[in-house]
Amino acid sequence: MKIAVCVSNVPDTATKIKIAQDRKSIDPAGVTFIINPYDEFAIEEALKTKEKFGGDSLTYSITVGNDSAKETIRKVLALGIDEAVLLKPDKNPDSLNIAKALAEEIKSLGCEIVFFGKQSVDYDSGIIGQLTAELLGFNCISVVVDLKIEGNIVIAEREIEGGREVVESSLPIVITTQKGLNEPRYASLKGIMAAKKKNITEKQIQINEVFTEIVEMNLPPSKQPGRIIGTDSSAVPELVRLLREEAKVI
Amino acid sequence: MPEKILAVLEQREGQIKKVSYEVLSLANKLSKQLASEFESVILGNEVSNISEINKYSSCKTTHFKNPELNNYSSSAYSKIISNFINDNQFTIVILPNTAMGIDLATRVAVKTNSAIATDCIKVDFLDGALVFTKPVYAGKSLINFKLNSERKVFTIRPNIFKAEMIEASNGAIEVKEVADLDLSTKVTSYKKSEGKLDVSEADIIVSGGRGMKGSENFHLIEELAEALGAAVGASRAVVDAGWRPHREQVGQTGKTVSPTLYVACGISGAIQHLAGMSSSKYIVAINKDKDAPIFNIADYGIAGDVFEILPALTQEIKKLKS
Repeated sequence: MKIAVCVSNVPDTATKIKIAQDRKSIDPAGVTFIINPYDEFAIEEALKTKEKFGGDSLTYSITVGNDSAKETIRKVLALGIDEAVLLKPDKNPDSLNIAKALAEEIKSLGCEIVFFGKQSVDYDSGIIGQLTAELLGFNCISVVVDLKIEGNIVIAEREIEGGREVVESSLPIVITTQKGLNEPRYASLKGIMAAKKKNITEKQIQINEVFTEIVEMNLPPSKQPGRIIGTDSSAVPELVRLLREEAKVI
Repeated sequence: MPEKILAVLEQREGQIKKVSYEVLSLANKLSKQLASEFESVILGNEVSNISEINKYSSCKTTHFKNPELNNYSSSAYSKIISNFINDNQFTIVILPNTAMGIDLATRVAVKTNSAIATDCIKVDFLDGALVFTKPVYAGKSLINFKLNSERKVFTIRPNIFKAEMIEASNGAIEVKEVADLDLSTKVTSYKKSEGKLDVSEADIIVSGGRGMKGSENFHLIEELAEALGAAVGASRAVVDAGWRPHREQVGQTGKTVSPTLYVACGISGAIQHLAGMSSSKYIVAINKDKDAPIFNIADYGIAGDVFEILPALTQEIKKLKS
């Protein structure tokens, strides 16, 4: 079984965002990049799926990005993913461009099970997994918190507002992973050493039509600090009065 | 091609969801601004409150009906809606930014050759073109962007756009029975979670953080939430410690929320948490440490002991409501 995991390289969630000079992107100076947190569950699930299928199963990680993503990719390899591919676009891609590039690579590798984090914590669109599935003609279950693959049959639980859906489908499939699906492992020393010797296949990709045109990036309107109205429960009646009369929210 | 708008409505267990009316109202507004045609569509079996649509719009609604459509099936839903869009030449398709809406939008976008955007919080015009605004980096910044394609599919964040009632109308509701569904991806059951309200849909959220000191103290949060008719939220630290389920997590690796009122209890306000809730309309913070970052964005704060203040606040709210 060939299993792919698509990994995105994102700013650490503790990063304070600064807007770059072009007013269309973030200033990368001083920003640490990490494995997208939701992709950690995707990587773990890919490894577990490989262990389950056994035999000559192989795991591939695929990333769309530039050379700066290599450090993140090494970390993915250190966790036990067998091979990595870095797709380097010739200009800034949008979600659909990224999905097209990933779909093509997944097809040429011949993967039948593909994992994505449910969203990437940079643009937060939450769509690349599903777009890729649709372009490949694969089935897809998104925002998965429980997964069983038995032969060709896939049974997953998907998180929705106020509950979970139990979804049944079949291979080939794209699964997008949500926190709660598994406990991601840490890289072992052996894994880290082995990752240094693993090859990252680099490919240039051509971006044709970009539909999404960023006009401007802004910081959200800053909120003025309000009032501290007390230090114990004697402030409660005043708080309730403010919520009722000033804010009019209760 | 003249613009033609389609509002995709969502039902759960045969009831139209509130966010659907927000989608309808936005579609209604855009159709006036663009002087374009506008219809809505809903998939399901019996939809008991379907006539509510007429309170928000006089558009024509098509109801694709089949018992198997009661639950969301990405394969069945996306085929039906994509064919409907292609046959009727819709150019602007609006969906709610929900578990269903996001999933469906992506599949429909590919099948109808559209550009796609999710989680929009503003839709405007610039030189005659639609300009969308969406939060990125969990709301730490916002992007304005255009979709340069003939056909556009986008989802709107719940609780941001107003659902506006209109004078009584009698828009046509056409029921189309459908058969031969593609159920290659099929929901076999639905498990409702124990909590009453989901943070992503609530008007008021009461959230607890590490300052609650343990899962055994969360009844204080639950009691206040109950009194306010609010959902219970949690910080990442609390979820990672196993005190609360992940579905309650607010913040960058949890849910991004925009309720009318957010009450943060024992939450210091890590940057990842603030990113997920700072767009709330009003924020109340209760925290022992008067220098905690949460007070920088709170409208009202009490810098004191949550264990003393929470029961008093719950009492006061109960008194008010009785």
